[in-house]
Amino acid sequence: MLSYLLQRFLSIGLSLLAVSLLVFLMVHLIPGDAAVAILGERATEKALAELRAEMGLDKPLYHQYAKFLWDAAHLDFGRSFKTKQPVVDEIKRYFPATAELTLAAMAFSIIFGIAAGIIAAISRGTFLDYFSMSVSLAGISMPIFWLGLMLILLFSYFLPILPSSGRLDVILDLDVQTRTGFYLIDTLLTGNYAAFKSAIVHLILPAITLGTIPLAIIARMTRSSLLEVLNQPYITTAYAKGLPRWKVISKHAMKNSMVPVLTVIGLEFGYLLGGAILTEHIFSWPGLGSWLRAAVEARDVRAVQGGVLFVATVFMLVNLIVDMLYAYFDPRIRVGDEAK
Amino acid sequence: MNTSITASSQQHIFRKLLKHRSATIGASIILFFMLVAIFAPLIATHDPRQANIVERLQGGSASHYLGTDKVGRDIFSRIVYGTRISLKVGLIAMTFSVGFGTLFGAVAGYYGGRIDNLIMRIMDMMLAMPSILLAMVIVTILGQSLTNAIIAVSIVYIPQYARILRAAVLKVRELDYVTAAKVIGASNSRILLTTVLPNCLAPLIVQATLGIGAAILDAAGLSFLGLGAEIGEPEWGAMLNENRDLIRRAPLAVTAPGVAIFLIVLGFNLLGDALRDALDPQID
Repeated sequence: MLSYLLQRFLSIGLSLLAVSLLVFLMVHLIPGDAAVAILGERATEKALAELRAEMGLDKPLYHQYAKFLWDAAHLDFGRSFKTKQPVVDEIKRYFPATAELTLAAMAFSIIFGIAAGIIAAISRGTFLDYFSMSVSLAGISMPIFWLGLMLILLFSYFLPILPSSGRLDVILDLDVQTRTGFYLIDTLLTGNYAAFKSAIVHLILPAITLGTIPLAIIARMTRSSLLEVLNQPYITTAYAKGLPRWKVISKHAMKNSMVPVLTVIGLEFGYLLGGAILTEHIFSWPGLGSWLRAAVEARDVRAVQGGVLFVATVFMLVNLIVDMLYAYFDPRIRVGDEAK
Repeated sequence: MNTSITASSQQHIFRKLLKHRSATIGASIILFFMLVAIFAPLIATHDPRQANIVERLQGGSASHYLGTDKVGRDIFSRIVYGTRISLKVGLIAMTFSVGFGTLFGAVAGYYGGRIDNLIMRIMDMMLAMPSILLAMVIVTILGQSLTNAIIAVSIVYIPQYARILRAAVLKVRELDYVTAAKVIGASNSRILLTTVLPNCLAPLIVQATLGIGAAILDAAGLSFLGLGAEIGEPEWGAMLNENRDLIRRAPLAVTAPGVAIFLIVLGFNLLGDALRDALDPQID
């Protein structure tokens, strides 16, 4: 287990190094002067000269890269030329909103995806099975940005029960004290229950939008994996012992069918971080995705560099956690490793 | 799995496809959109780019089947012309990424060793972040336009094809007929092109079909974010973005482009799934 972990950490380190190289080279790949690319066309000659000196643009590339890495390791990505704020502060400000949305979407897709998969598997060949599998096929081809707009049309317009943008009602927004940046937690900590309720209501549509495609994929994987396990001899043995069906499924089949489902969940987390960019744009959700989109649009290079490196790091850490969970669910991974 | 496609098995695969329900549905959808794209000038009732402020935000009617958008452009005609853009995006992006993916995957798999390691590590790096994020980095570098969105999407999908082809080549290069070709004295590039590659096509065809749908979806996503097609172009993603704040006043303007994207992507997904079954000799 330990050598496995070390190996994984090493590979994450290498991948991050590679991503940082790409992000670093971005400045130099933009046609024209790198300093102009960062500060924009309208920057003064003085500001440009200062930046050139600061980044060491007259020094060799490897020297510049080393400096970039050193700064990145100290969470210093420079200032956004659009907002003039340090990029790391912006990331800190916007990330909790994205994390809250992503986690809510993940919870939604895991709970309903696994449930739908189990129902489809144990009622194989019936209407329920076909229905849930057709819905999930449709879910995979659905453009997430369109799904979001349709949900707004349905639940904010035809049936006006849910809000269509933002994280809170505007009036409540002012009295929320941010401690963690997670509104659900902050409002509970301060006992602001009206705001808590508003935060939950605002979270519903974005979370469903973002969670639907992963839900479809998780449901399909749960179904096929569970069907495979249910054909194993030890399941027959469990039935032969006289165990009730729910116990066979929950105790014997479920745990063993979870490994491939976990793989998919891990992969989907990466998708969620990407999908969050689209979802945040639909619902004017003030998160990292909206911020990054605006940065790309404005060609705010420093912000894009910091944002991309940050999201890639989160993505890899999530995948690491998923890998560690495999070991819990599938002892063969642990034992096989120790036996070597 | 034997990955070769011979002339006699081609007929067999085609028969399997004909019997496959999702293949017929998928192919029909794709054919439909292709016909729409080809005959767009005949089908469209208006100029897709012509604004007409007097007729803005109308509902569906006999003169505007799907109504008009906020500057009075005919939505039906824009959807019809958008088919050309989407198919173009999907096909160009797929061709580009399959081309480079094949090259990298084949070289990595066939030569192995250091070249393999170098190429595959670069591919891993590209997979180390969500695809839309990588596409956004590329758009930042190149600037915003539909062409650059196509380039971004093409680059993002190269690693998938490279991985698939590498795996197929690794399997094929150990087979007897490759050894035979070496014994005759054929050069490496000749063996790769005439002996190895033709026998690795099956998995590539499946992935390329699914890849067209994925490329269309991603490019529409970039345009929806305002990072792809230029404003005013009849591109489906951009149309959704332009009209999203008018969702209450012109619901059709945001419903119709989404349905179009959904259907065309569904078509390629259905056909891709069916091809996978048809090309798999174990399913008969």
